[in-house]
Amino acid sequence: MSKMAPPEELMNVNYATPAEAWMDVKPEFKLGNYSYPGKPDVLKYLGLPNPREWNPTEEDWKLPPDWRDIIRDGFRELLGKYRSLKIFMDCCVRCGACADKCHFYIGSGDPKNMPVLRAELLRSIYRGEFTVAAKILGKLSGSRKLEEDVIKEWFMYFYQCTQCRRCSLYCPYGIDTAEITFLARDLMNRIGVNINWILEPAANCNRTGNHLGIQPHAFKDMMEFLVDDIETITGRRVEPSFQRKGAEILFITPSGDIFAEPGIYTFMGYLLLFDYLDLDVTWSTYASEGGNFGSFMNDKWMKKLNAKMYHEAKRLGVKYIIGGECGHMWRVLNQYMDTMNGPADFLEVPKSPITGTVFNNAKSTKMIHLVEFTADLIKNGKLNLDKSRNAGITATWHDSCNTSRGMGFFEEPRYVLENVVEKFVDMPAQTIREQTYCCGGGAGLNNGEFTEMRLRGGLPRGNALKYVQEKFGVNTMSCICAIDRATLPGLADYWAPGVTVTGLHELVGNALVFDGEEPRTMNLRQEDLPGIEGSEEEE
Amino acid sequence: MAGLMTALLAVVALAAVAALGAGAGMSEVFGIAVPYVAVAIFVAGFIKKVVGWASTPQPFSIATTGGQQYSLPWVKQAKFDNPSTPGQTFIRMALEVLCFRSLFRNTKLDNRVAEGRVAYGSDKSLWLFALMFHYCFLVVFIRHFRFFLEPVPMIITGVEFVDSILQIGVPTLYLTDVFLVVGVTFLLARRLWDPKLSYISLANDYFPLFLILAIALSGIYMRYVAKVDVIAIKQLAIGLVSFKPYIPPNIDWSFYMHFFLVCVLWAYFPFSKLMHLGGVFLSPTRNLPNNTRMERYINPWNDPSIKPHTYEEYEDDFREKMIEAGLPVDKEA
Amino acid sequence: MYNAKYIIPGLIIFLALVLFPFIKGVGQPELKVETEKPKDVKECIMKTEKMRDVHMVLLNEWRDDVIRNGNRVWKNEAGKEFNMSLTNTCMGCHENKDKFCDKCHVTVGVNPYCWTCHNISPVKKEGGK
Repeated sequence: MSKMAPPEELMNVNYATPAEAWMDVKPEFKLGNYSYPGKPDVLKYLGLPNPREWNPTEEDWKLPPDWRDIIRDGFRELLGKYRSLKIFMDCCVRCGACADKCHFYIGSGDPKNMPVLRAELLRSIYRGEFTVAAKILGKLSGSRKLEEDVIKEWFMYFYQCTQCRRCSLYCPYGIDTAEITFLARDLMNRIGVNINWILEPAANCNRTGNHLGIQPHAFKDMMEFLVDDIETITGRRVEPSFQRKGAEILFITPSGDIFAEPGIYTFMGYLLLFDYLDLDVTWSTYASEGGNFGSFMNDKWMKKLNAKMYHEAKRLGVKYIIGGECGHMWRVLNQYMDTMNGPADFLEVPKSPITGTVFNNAKSTKMIHLVEFTADLIKNGKLNLDKSRNAGITATWHDSCNTSRGMGFFEEPRYVLENVVEKFVDMPAQTIREQTYCCGGGAGLNNGEFTEMRLRGGLPRGNALKYVQEKFGVNTMSCICAIDRATLPGLADYWAPGVTVTGLHELVGNALVFDGEEPRTMNLRQEDLPGIEGSEEEE
Repeated sequence: MAGLMTALLAVVALAAVAALGAGAGMSEVFGIAVPYVAVAIFVAGFIKKVVGWASTPQPFSIATTGGQQYSLPWVKQAKFDNPSTPGQTFIRMALEVLCFRSLFRNTKLDNRVAEGRVAYGSDKSLWLFALMFHYCFLVVFIRHFRFFLEPVPMIITGVEFVDSILQIGVPTLYLTDVFLVVGVTFLLARRLWDPKLSYISLANDYFPLFLILAIALSGIYMRYVAKVDVIAIKQLAIGLVSFKPYIPPNIDWSFYMHFFLVCVLWAYFPFSKLMHLGGVFLSPTRNLPNNTRMERYINPWNDPSIKPHTYEEYEDDFREKMIEAGLPVDKEA
Repeated sequence: MYNAKYIIPGLIIFLALVLFPFIKGVGQPELKVETEKPKDVKECIMKTEKMRDVHMVLLNEWRDDVIRNGNRVWKNEAGKEFNMSLTNTCMGCHENKDKFCDKCHVTVGVNPYCWTCHNISPVKKEGGK
């Protein structure tokens, strides 16, 4: 990331279309625009076909000899399993409404990042292999034969899509590129064309319980480290429990929260809140991952990794599950979990032990979002919050793609945020809520080698952030997604330097006033609170 | 460009075939055989396509949520952009199908590099012209039933009356004729002028536009210029629908051209993107409620044999480390 | 088939709409439009076929000429002169609107607005009844 051009230069995107028709333009793999392939031992662990060393920049991708048949049969199989795929292959009229909605298109100007063309990469094969009419007309009707270059193009562009679904919002037929990308990746997985930054976390998650491969004892150590920090900051010793049978609630959050800044501060916020409420909650090192990198691979792995949540909830005998701040985790929890791994008839409809609120909106999955839980607490006056502990913060809110367009989670987090900070401004209307822009790192694209392209894709988000930074003095962007917390700091450093990225419960943790507590002098980042540093006049 | 030219030439050739063929004594072919075949292809093809879609299940409920979800009682839900009940979903679909709700959201990217600002202007032109085009086409379609129904139902004379309410010229000008041509011309023009669109446009995008434009123009020519004998045309139409086909004399060549192009449209329909007519109803991101935490959505091929890496296996893997760290275990070492 | 409870009714509606003209048309007799011929007069002001196609244009021109230019006389190709009047000239021969004009108009569902102003039969001289 050392060689990045300055933002003014990167922003000057060339949107001109090439002279050649898109089928004649070959993908060019350069460091920064693709992710490294899956490592052979990881593929072997996951039982995926064709494990081998290969390099996208080289001519020979070492595909299996019968790769065409595998793709063809796989495509046929998926057409028989996913009505969405059939509809999305048949109904596009290429009206172009989606074209300038994709952050990767806006940031790169590459026409194959227009969602319509991204889908055409697959659709052209669908026409060429599965429809009679188009086959006869060939290229003119946008159909083509399966060639290795097609696979290379798929690898390039289906791994330049973060499955954010922004295009699908504007499509008059609701064509969802996330679905197309998901299924295209499924197909590529069948011939061993995939990226390591998805497969390795998935493999880790399967074995160790989380993407980062943190083993149980290490997980506990990290937790203790954070518990120590909390004690330093607040003088309180919180006592989280692990795998405690009979607890009322199992709490699951993305492992990124325990692993690295700024997620750890959010994690400390969770711990403080649970302590404040004296909540009968337990953690699990086995189900220590909210995220689901299987959902970037195929339906089998999505289901397999997700199944741990109910499996562990059942084993521990909890009443319900609360999920932490995460984006695609909540897409899976909201739209897939119950279908794949339900019914959760061994759990009870979530009921807040503090307010008595019954969460009927989760009466079947029995899994609620921590932000729903907290918003309900605040609404019922159960939290003593001191906004001045977050003084100096002018916050804006980043709506994460998955909770926005795969759930519709807008008011709850804003309500919480407004109750913990003094100043809050939204970014421009076309860049938030259901129209929100991706951080650029979703769907497995937050790896180091992809940084250049990710920062390009971060242009719309970064630019909107810069706008409110300059206009309203925004200095903090809050969000409820672990990928965001990992991606946005880099994005902010590049596009809007000086903006800090926080999780929502970090700010809650800062603002939370315990009965009879020692006055706090620092926030969860161990930064002096405003007005505290070296000044005596503050009481 | 190749796609554009191919589509244009195809439509011109088809029009010429009918115009010349009918003139050369093949009126039975273009007036009787082709229409029957075309309708049969349309109906069978359409049903086959929809049944094909229906034969595949929608495994997951994947609504694209366009507003606030159903949540705590004090949070106001965007019921029609993020429906949680079948009734709300029905309204969402109605807004989508009848008002083109999603297109109404359309914006236009405006990357102002000099200002250092990326802006998104409201852009309702596609929505407006698409709506204009589709509704005019619908009215024109409905109006044509005056030729296929005897007696002409009141509703059709009513539509006719409203459509010609401005009483311009004789025969009176149908407003939908004008706006249909305006609409289709806009849809065509944007494909030519917007480089993004011309880059993605295929022959299959231009062909229906040229075809519909040719149908509209030939219809306009028949009505306002050639002033064809509509009684004769109705005799032919009634002959077709009563299965007593009959070719009356005194039918202008322009009718055969118009009618043949319409037949081409019918026959082409089920094999083309025009099937969005049926597909829009089946789009899973729109026709499913966002209630998947409240009600379990069933996937018929959900595979129960896919199990997680179980806790037992996990404990077996890490038991010693867990015990050492003081984590509870189910089985002692 | 999945979701048959929505898709089957949808297809039935589709079929009903598309096939409705055929269902209704089966067994329908051949369409015949017989207009009443004038009793005494054998020749119209133009050839019948021509009149069939362009009578509306002619009437429109007559109207404009009469109202805007005060011109009441029209000559046909044979040089014969006629009074430019729908009611008196046209309907002088074709006396019965129902049996002549409306025969075609109703059949093809057109609703000319001629008679919103004009009488349907020649008016007797003023003073007469």
